[in-house]
Amino acid sequence: MAELLKQLTEIGGVSGDEGRVRRLIEKEISPFVDDVYTDRIGNLIAYKKGKNSSKKIMLCAHMDEVGLIISAIQEDGTLKFRTVGGIDPRILVSKRVLIGENVCPGVLGIKAIHLQEAEERQNAVRVKQMYIDIGALSREEAGQAVRLGDYAVFDSKYVEFGDNKVKAKALDDRAGCAILIELMKQEYDNDIYACFSVQEEVGLRGAEVLGYSINPDIAIIVEGTTCSDVPDVEQHLYSTEMGKGPAITIMDATSYASKELVDAFVKTAQKEGIPFQFKKGATGGNDAGRIHLAREGIKTATVSVPCRYIHSPSSVMDLNDYNNTIRLLSTFLKGCGL
Amino acid sequence: MRYMDTKDFIARLVAVPGVSGYEEEIARLISEAFKPYCQEVRTDNFFNVYGRKTDGHSENMPKVMIAAHMDEIGLMVTDIDEKGFIKFTNIGGVDPRILLGQEVEIHGKEKLFGVIGAKPPHLQQVRDTRKAVKMEDMTIDVGLPADRVREQVNVGDTITFVSPLVELKGGMISAKSLDDRAGVAVLLETMKELDELRFCADVYFVATVQEEVGVRGAVISTYQLTPDIGVAIDVTHGDMPDAPRDETFAMNKGPVISVGPNMHLCLTQKLIDTAKEYGIAHMIEVEPGPTGTDARAIQISRWGVPTVLIGLPLRYMHTTVETLNLDNVKQAARLLARFIASLKEDWNQWLSY
Repeated sequence: MAELLKQLTEIGGVSGDEGRVRRLIEKEISPFVDDVYTDRIGNLIAYKKGKNSSKKIMLCAHMDEVGLIISAIQEDGTLKFRTVGGIDPRILVSKRVLIGENVCPGVLGIKAIHLQEAEERQNAVRVKQMYIDIGALSREEAGQAVRLGDYAVFDSKYVEFGDNKVKAKALDDRAGCAILIELMKQEYDNDIYACFSVQEEVGLRGAEVLGYSINPDIAIIVEGTTCSDVPDVEQHLYSTEMGKGPAITIMDATSYASKELVDAFVKTAQKEGIPFQFKKGATGGNDAGRIHLAREGIKTATVSVPCRYIHSPSSVMDLNDYNNTIRLLSTFLKGCGL
Repeated sequence: MRYMDTKDFIARLVAVPGVSGYEEEIARLISEAFKPYCQEVRTDNFFNVYGRKTDGHSENMPKVMIAAHMDEIGLMVTDIDEKGFIKFTNIGGVDPRILLGQEVEIHGKEKLFGVIGAKPPHLQQVRDTRKAVKMEDMTIDVGLPADRVREQVNVGDTITFVSPLVELKGGMISAKSLDDRAGVAVLLETMKELDELRFCADVYFVATVQEEVGVRGAVISTYQLTPDIGVAIDVTHGDMPDAPRDETFAMNKGPVISVGPNMHLCLTQKLIDTAKEYGIAHMIEVEPGPTGTDARAIQISRWGVPTVLIGLPLRYMHTTVETLNLDNVKQAARLLARFIASLKEDWNQWLSY
């Protein structure tokens, strides 16, 4: 299990460049499903036939992660970039990145504290002021290693630490991808479509196509979601809390969860003694926002693993929450009498 | 331990913690690295490391001190909150803006991994992201409940960044603490160079402590050695798109020789002449007063020490991605070794001006 999470989080797959993630998932999931295919915009769909195939259930996790895209190579060999997906520019300073297919290392420096005016330090550095240094000292040299449009991801290793915690980049939503793979190792009555979407971080674009093409009876989104039980956030603003089990969404900025599905998840958790929490705070959104509006409308719910510091190089997840999310989902899928 | 490869040695050096005032562990590593190349290696009460290398026999031969500091900037635990999050302050100059999302190691009873948390954009207003987050508003998450954090961590424990060496294009390397572990690597490379040369000097290679908090290791080590000639090796600012050109140095034009009142006029000229004689590319940095390096303390030890200063251009100083050209480490060592070999018995005559 740890090995799967490690591989999935360390590999790069910024929105629009999910190929490496998709190939890894395809390899991992193939032994447990009846069919695997990639659609025209890059979504991966794994189909597992049910024992009596009465219903069509869609599970969805997104493969893409936030990152950078190289937008210019400068005369001095440094690279300019744009952010892909929601990134607080302040987390980019003094970080390492890996660029393009050749995984070229680069760093985002900042001029030394000694060369700054005191008031400069009050202001956040803007993306426009930043650049990536790959060691090249001319445009020609840099051009041999990097092309315009190359994507860059954080250089951040999977680390287990603390009390059952892991640190990695892209837990949003490789945690969801790993959970879907784990779920396919079991047998279910209903037909399951495990879907791995592209371009969630730039506007839920892969999910739009998936909702239409799969057209399931119900859809369940599996996410690594914001967890804000940290200092600097007042308790009533906690969206989820770490270690308190999978988070069930009631609503967010893009959809209401199906009341029927939410109740079914709550009942399942209570019956099995699986810890769970509701996701408080209705900001943000996920693939449910598109899938629930597909065709005539689809009953949709979201179950998430709380992850602290998402969209940064160092997001943190509790492995107990991860395992309990798998338990809740597999029990739900097995007892699904909807 | 014999470190043959410069890059491997630097990679090892930056992986070992040694925040100013807490250099015991890095001092041990450096002692072991010096031993194969020195006649004598010792450590003093403050963990300054001295490696002695001598050649030639003359009553008049100079005692040369070559210093590079081994301490690094870092953080220190100031408080543990009721949920186990750790508050911290800085040791040495740290721009708070480099801290969000950074991986760290806390040196408590055991080494403890942690991350400096960054609030996700979903929970922020756009206008918030225009202001820099203050250090006092940040915390370290070690993934443990408060009682277990308190068992392992105490107020005052030091914290270092996790940022291992990465190789970039064109022979550049990036890591934390190249300021001044790259200087320590120059010391080792100079020893290797001297093994190939004949010289007449009593040379002490000193890895100093507490440079970042006021060149304190240099004060006591220079006093102990009473050298005739002092050399400091430190980093200087490499050119960067966001810094003025006239305050920074090209990354591919060799090491930097400093001139100004902190540096001895004749000795510096000797260093420049040596570079020219052997065709070693170099640049000149003008320092109008006492420098922020060990040279500051060495020059005014006891009855005064003629001192020179060699700098390695370094981008993004005091961040976790300090970047320099590995070749400059080797060129600085070549220059230094030839400079030492050029010191003849008459050194104390031409030295007065």
